[in-house]
Amino acid sequence: MSPIEFFLRHHREILQATLEHVWLVGLTMIFAIAIGVPLGILVTRKPWLSKPILGGANIAETIPSLALFGFLLPVPWLGGRADRLAIAALTLYALLPIIRNTSAGISGVDRAVREAARGMGMTDRQILFQVELPLSFSTMLAGIRIATVLTIGIATIAAAVGAGGLGEFIFRGLAMVNDQLILAGAIPAALLALGADFVLGVLERRLRPVR
Amino acid sequence: MNPQTLPEFSPETVIEFRHVHYTLSNRQLLNDVSFSVGRGETLVLLGRSGAGKTTALKMINRLLAPSSGEVLVEGKLTTEWEPIALRRKIGYVIQDIGLFPHYTVSQNISLIPRLERWPADRVQRRVKEMLETVGLHGRTFEHRYPHQLSGGQRQRVGVARALAADPDILLMDEPFGALDPMTRGEMQNEFKAVERHLGKTVVIVTHDVGEALVLGTRIGLMEAGKIVRIYSPHDFVHASDPMAAAYMAQLRVYDEAKRENESN
Repeated sequence: MSPIEFFLRHHREILQATLEHVWLVGLTMIFAIAIGVPLGILVTRKPWLSKPILGGANIAETIPSLALFGFLLPVPWLGGRADRLAIAALTLYALLPIIRNTSAGISGVDRAVREAARGMGMTDRQILFQVELPLSFSTMLAGIRIATVLTIGIATIAAAVGAGGLGEFIFRGLAMVNDQLILAGAIPAALLALGADFVLGVLERRLRPVR
Repeated sequence: MNPQTLPEFSPETVIEFRHVHYTLSNRQLLNDVSFSVGRGETLVLLGRSGAGKTTALKMINRLLAPSSGEVLVEGKLTTEWEPIALRRKIGYVIQDIGLFPHYTVSQNISLIPRLERWPADRVQRRVKEMLETVGLHGRTFEHRYPHQLSGGQRQRVGVARALAADPDILLMDEPFGALDPMTRGEMQNEFKAVERHLGKTVVIVTHDVGEALVLGTRIGLMEAGKIVRIYSPHDFVHASDPMAAAYMAQLRVYDEAKRENESN
């Protein structure tokens, strides 16, 4: 059976797994952005927090993904359901690029712009929302893009704890020594990653501040 | 320049420094600075880099607060003012301008009026008025972004932005310092005309003695965190103080070069 035939015959399952994968990655990114962006802002406001926060995210990044899934297994609420567990672990991985790029983007705002804003009587909140964040959107988005592509790849390992997604095919293929099964997981995952990279890249260029 | 042409001041004091000291990590940046600025005056703080001019300026809109001593604006301690309210009353122009790159000229100028929630039509009118005031004629400017402007045009927008909410006080830190000499001269003359018309209380920081003489109604000479003395432009030109004399000698170099070349 040719790979194309295989894809055609199993397109329902593949589509199903792809949707699960997108669901895992999507939720992960929502959590990672919701946590990472505020942490990135916090780092620029309280420089002494920079070491612990970035250090912590760095350490999370270095834990082998399979081990991280294992570590989280005994955690009460998380370990109870595979998808929760997977999303928690993936979120930890996705945090670093988002935190780092958010703080880099904000720190990169021209000093004169910030001084003028403060000197003219903008509040801290106004400076953040009207000046710093708009001017660092493209840098932030670059971080989100890296995190998304990373997560699409790592999410295949979530299948190891039974969270579903395209990793299911890969693990089954490995167990059965079946290349076509592996490809049925790997190819859609690669396409997802490329697609996300492209779309977010276009958005990033659109939002890049004019100089 | 002679003393008779000096504008008349009302005696009302708008800004007052009383024995202001400012120390930052063991470096004394301001050392017992006292002076006052009356309504409608233009005080120029003249001195070298590191003399404490900018530090003093930032005390007025409370970007910095004194380590000891007092700064009063309109009779009230800057530490008692709500900082945002204080700054909104005070226009601020810096050398690097700090226009918002993601805002159009119009949005930059209307920033404070919009934050102050002026009605939209009043904001629009004010933007047009300000563009006229700073000599940016024609409607094309409104929709341009800062990166599409020349250095001089950007500085004009910076001044327009500082004046937009009609502040009583204007602070300028090396406002024309980054401009080429020709543009700088033009801007100084135009600013002088605008200022004469608007009658704001202005404090300008500069190390350019020519600028101090053109724009100042008084010149505060600063050195090593202290005010050496405050002169009228007339007195400054004739001052015997070695620093003031050194500044004047610097101007004379140009005169001599000019004369030499004329006689050739």
